[in-house]
Amino acid sequence: MSAATRSLALALLAGGIAAAQEAPLVRVGSKASIENEILGEMVTLLARHHGAKAQHRAALGGTQIVFQALSRGDIDVYPEYTGTLTAEILQDQSLRTDDELRAALASRGLAMTRPLGFNNTYALGLPEAAAERLGLESISDLAKAEHAGLRLGFSEEFMNRSDGWPGLKDAYRLPHRPKTLDHSLAYRGLAAGSIDVTDLYSTDSEIKYHKLRLLADDHGYFPEYHCVLLHRNDLAVRAPAVMAALVRLEGAIDNSAMSEMNTRRKIDHVGGRQVAADFLESRLKLDIELPREPNPLWAATRRHLLLVGISLAAAVLVAVPLGIWSYKWPKLGHGIMALVGIVQTLPSMAVLAVMLTFLPIGPAPAIVALFFYSLLPIVRSTLTGLKEIPNHLKESAIVLGLSPRARLWRVELPMASRSILSGIKTAAVINVGTATIGSLVGAGGYGDAILAGIRLIDIPLILQGAVPAAVLALVVQFGFDLLEPLIVPKGLRLAAGKG
Amino acid sequence: MLELIDVAKSFGGTQVLQPTTLRFERGKTTVLIGPSGCGKSTLLRIIIGLVEPDQGQVVFDGQKLTPANIMLMRRKIGYVIQDGGLFPHLSAIDNVGLLARHLGWSKLEVQKQAEKLAELTRLPHEALAKYPAQLSGGQRQRLGIMRALMLDPAVILLDEPMGALDPLVRYDLQEDLRKIFQSLGKTVVMVTHDMGEAGFFGDRVLLLGGGRIVQDGTLDELIAAPADDFVRRFISAQRLPGLNGKEVPA
Repeated sequence: MSAATRSLALALLAGGIAAAQEAPLVRVGSKASIENEILGEMVTLLARHHGAKAQHRAALGGTQIVFQALSRGDIDVYPEYTGTLTAEILQDQSLRTDDELRAALASRGLAMTRPLGFNNTYALGLPEAAAERLGLESISDLAKAEHAGLRLGFSEEFMNRSDGWPGLKDAYRLPHRPKTLDHSLAYRGLAAGSIDVTDLYSTDSEIKYHKLRLLADDHGYFPEYHCVLLHRNDLAVRAPAVMAALVRLEGAIDNSAMSEMNTRRKIDHVGGRQVAADFLESRLKLDIELPREPNPLWAATRRHLLLVGISLAAAVLVAVPLGIWSYKWPKLGHGIMALVGIVQTLPSMAVLAVMLTFLPIGPAPAIVALFFYSLLPIVRSTLTGLKEIPNHLKESAIVLGLSPRARLWRVELPMASRSILSGIKTAAVINVGTATIGSLVGAGGYGDAILAGIRLIDIPLILQGAVPAAVLALVVQFGFDLLEPLIVPKGLRLAAGKG
Repeated sequence: MLELIDVAKSFGGTQVLQPTTLRFERGKTTVLIGPSGCGKSTLLRIIIGLVEPDQGQVVFDGQKLTPANIMLMRRKIGYVIQDGGLFPHLSAIDNVGLLARHLGWSKLEVQKQAEKLAELTRLPHEALAKYPAQLSGGQRQRLGIMRALMLDPAVILLDEPMGALDPLVRYDLQEDLRKIFQSLGKTVVMVTHDMGEAGFFGDRVLLLGGGRIVQDGTLDELIAAPADDFVRRFISAQRLPGLNGKEVPA
């Protein structure tokens, strides 16, 4: 090897390493909240601007889901709040300072930036006019006897967090029995008068929009919720340039800036990426180039079909044999039917949550959940189809001298094909609808638009997911009708037409 | 060649077949006749292994029928039921050739044998490509018979084969069937409740009542010398040509 070629090879090698170093992969996550999504977009844009290949797995779900994803390495970084870290994630109230928090995180291979600036703590709020009329200024006022009848409506998370209602009730001796409702719907409840008081985040855009008064936390109950970027330790090693850029966000976003971004997103319906880019341009003087997005409808459709298709195919492979066994061994069949029946009654959220304990966020947990929900209709239709074959025809196959296997494949399954196909069709149509919940675990599909629409109270956005889902359900139904002549033998169709 | 030795069966405490020993003659047609519930169908179903007897055994070709060998034995026995028992999802020829194809016959072999049998049973050639739902009752029954004859079995069992046919179709089919059975020299066991049919087919007629064989002979013997009052009443209840409901002489 000559010196020239050797140096060329070295240069190529160095270039290769440099290229690998130049474009580290940074996977950004965010919780299913508008603010968290905007921050997730901001981190993603920033990482991309500094040479990383960045992905944003937006709106993955609640705190536990996203933190789990970070712990397992499904994502590298996401925005979190110090109060949540103390009370919910680490569940250690003795962690008073940020340094103590950092030490606790370090033992888990995690780290956090310094606060980004704003404090998005919990607050209780009610319409200004009502607050004036009732003379409510602080949370202690709520404890007064004359306000015991007020209707409190809180988000699921607030109701269950130790730093939420359970602790608040004790700290202020509040006599109320709140009801649970979605955070986004709470504002509608306030406006409609169906509830009087709800929990808020202090940077919520609605506070201004709905003219709400925040009750003073006069006992200093709520912990501070300073936003930080929680990240895996190795991010600083793998992508030092990105890490350095993220540090620039420290102290850069105050309450009013965050509240304004929330308002743009939620009230003015500006895209989260745009909101984040505008902020980076104005505050950090960065020239952000927004990537052209692929057609979101087409991408969502492809993803939705993937979720439904894979789960359905797997379910057919498992459920049809289960149906056959149920038919051949009725006692076993009772057990099988009971089991798939129970599976069907499990709440989808619970199934998804369980799946997340051993599957990474993304399509996998959703596909497994959809698979389980597809079993019952297919097992049942297979069993019914086989049972409904007239007895004299089953006997005809026996006396002919066909083996049990040949009877199954040449007589029984073809004769049950119409029923089996109808079960598969039912499962497919239900799956198209159920797959929308997949976006809770980052599976994508039409559910993304629906869930974002619910968070934003943006009916057109909800429809952008709901209408294609409904259309797809119809297409699937129609597709199966077209498929029927190819699968159900002609003779059966003739016989049915006659009957 | 086909024998029942001390075979008995009861369902839910009712003895539907008393202990019965019976030998079917090679090349002869034996008709089992009797009122509903007399045990004639049960007897046929025991032979083909659809019903397992409580006691006794069926011997075919010198071999005792067991759960282990019953599938292979069935392939040597043709079985015909009412309306043919055709599978609706298969075309006529696929119905007829189902077992043969399963046993490895080529399509061509099946086609040739089916055409031969169609000739024999006088089934219109074009009916072979149709589905059961597109055929008449008589055609379906002819196909049922073709399917039973496909592997050229030595024994044919028929369980009320004409039950679903109207009189004219039935008349033609009876004529054809008798010719076929005689020309092929098959051992035939047929169940019917029609005395005329029994006389038409049967070299030997077995009259069953209450789960046992009450009389065993030719139809002429049964009419001329009924074994008991039950036989007399059963024969009298049939509108036999030439008898016209007149009392059968005691």
